[in-house]
Amino acid sequence: MRDLVRNIRVLRWRVLARHGALALTTLFALIPFVWMLSLSVKPPEEIFQPEFHLWPQKFNGLENYSVALTAAPMHLFLINGLFVCATIFLLQLLVCVPCAYALAKLRFRGRDTLFAAVLVGLLVPPQALAIPHFVLLHVFGLLDTYAALILPWIISTFGIFLMRQFFRAVPDELIDAARLDGLGEFEIIWRVMIPVAVPAIAAFGIFSVVAHWNDLFWPLIAIRSEELSTPALGILLFRDDEAGQFLGPLMAGATIIVAPLVVAFLFAQQRFIDGISFTART
Amino acid sequence: MTAVAPGRQHRLSHASLVAGLAVAPAVVLLALLLFGPALAVAVFSLTDWQIGASSFRFLGLANYQALFADRIFWTSLVNTVIYVVIVVPGTVGLGLVVALLIEAQPSLRGFYRAAHFLPVMSTMAAMAIVWGTMLHPTIGLVNRMLAEFGIPATNWLRDPRTVLPALAVIGIWQGFGFAMVLFVAGLKSVPQSLYDAAAIDGADRALDRLRVVTLPMLGPVTMFVLILTATRAFEVFDTVRVLTQGGPNFASDVLLYRLYTESFDFLRTGYGAALTVVYLVIVVLLTLTQARVLDRRVHYT
Repeated sequence: MRDLVRNIRVLRWRVLARHGALALTTLFALIPFVWMLSLSVKPPEEIFQPEFHLWPQKFNGLENYSVALTAAPMHLFLINGLFVCATIFLLQLLVCVPCAYALAKLRFRGRDTLFAAVLVGLLVPPQALAIPHFVLLHVFGLLDTYAALILPWIISTFGIFLMRQFFRAVPDELIDAARLDGLGEFEIIWRVMIPVAVPAIAAFGIFSVVAHWNDLFWPLIAIRSEELSTPALGILLFRDDEAGQFLGPLMAGATIIVAPLVVAFLFAQQRFIDGISFTART
Repeated sequence: MTAVAPGRQHRLSHASLVAGLAVAPAVVLLALLLFGPALAVAVFSLTDWQIGASSFRFLGLANYQALFADRIFWTSLVNTVIYVVIVVPGTVGLGLVVALLIEAQPSLRGFYRAAHFLPVMSTMAAMAIVWGTMLHPTIGLVNRMLAEFGIPATNWLRDPRTVLPALAVIGIWQGFGFAMVLFVAGLKSVPQSLYDAAAIDGADRALDRLRVVTLPMLGPVTMFVLILTATRAFEVFDTVRVLTQGGPNFASDVLLYRLYTESFDFLRTGYGAALTVVYLVIVVLLTLTQARVLDRRVHYT
């Protein structure tokens, strides 16, 4: 009996300790978001006063957010982000999927060489190609256009590798049956393989969109015009702008830039976690 | 016999035509956007060419000699290593502890996992600006909280002694949720039978189970997370560009930021290309170690 009481006590202590420790790390993870939201609805004098309140005494959210939305083309940053990310992903699919299918399921001369090239390509960090990409776009007069943001990314060795691994696991019988039904290889790719590969495509899509929505390095190099900026570059331009000197509107702007991915994440947590950690598991 | 052979040959050539069509766009783009450019960087690094210039001279290894004689290059390399040395244990250690805690009991598992993962996919440029205000010497949250304990204010991002650790904390903040997710996946693959066997052998306390079963089984995953985190830490750029521009007095200059300023602010293409080659070699070596470790993990399990 005494043992049981002791065990229950130990168990309860353990439950409490776990939640206590996790509350601390959760606070560490979330506090920048809370701070950002709190400042984004405060008037300037409250941000600078000595005592701190999480919720403002005078709600200044409408003013801050409208300054953020009017002083910089915030809506354009989001639209550009959406357009650039969607176009990159669609073109990546268009290039990757047939190649991955051929690597996984067709026999042809040079297949092993091509696959080896894909593996070598996986090793190259994209930042290392910035100079030649810049030169290439300069030669064709494409710097500071949407094309400059999109073109360097349409070949993804990671996408080819990922889809090839996935296609290899698709049973040959499915493809043979489709061939017997008279489907050509390209019909098989788009009408049989794509539907089967939805989980892999979703994971790759999330990986790709998150990477390019958040990318600062390349847009900083390729883009001069504010109205072509993607979200990460846009918020930086806004900060260095006159209106961004005021912390309330600046935090409102940061919230607007971060919100789309965060909201999407909250709706599809498992898909996001799978998609982003796919890099690790392949 | 004569009737079959042409037919088979026809079918074969048809198949290779289809395969050729399927891989053609990828092959062309690989050459044009990946291998061609990689080769071009190596060539640029041997010349004095500048973007926009119409002629250039071959310099041999002069750019590399200039690079290795450049104090700022060595400063940025040392800074990058210091940053990596703080971020890697911090991220991996915190990620492991959080993963163990989350998996220990089922309650609120989903909430904790989502909350810790949120920084991983948030836009670093925007969150770096937010961190900048949190680290502000007078109105920032960090100094406000420290003042409660009577600790005097620090100008975290303007003091050469604190700027790298401060950036490293931001790096840990962004990455530890990712490490956590990888560790949770590793924990899920530890077979229950091992815990049962350990219990029979008398390891019935939680800490014993951790020491005897969990941590040894997580060894390969840990190696993998270590190297992945190191590779990512090596690529630190956003926080430096947004918060410090390498300052004060190069105290937070890092490799990728040097690469960016030399190549695109100062337009020293040849020199920037030499720096790129050095950067590429380091990252490739790290990634190859990762591939080797991953290979071993596959063979073990």
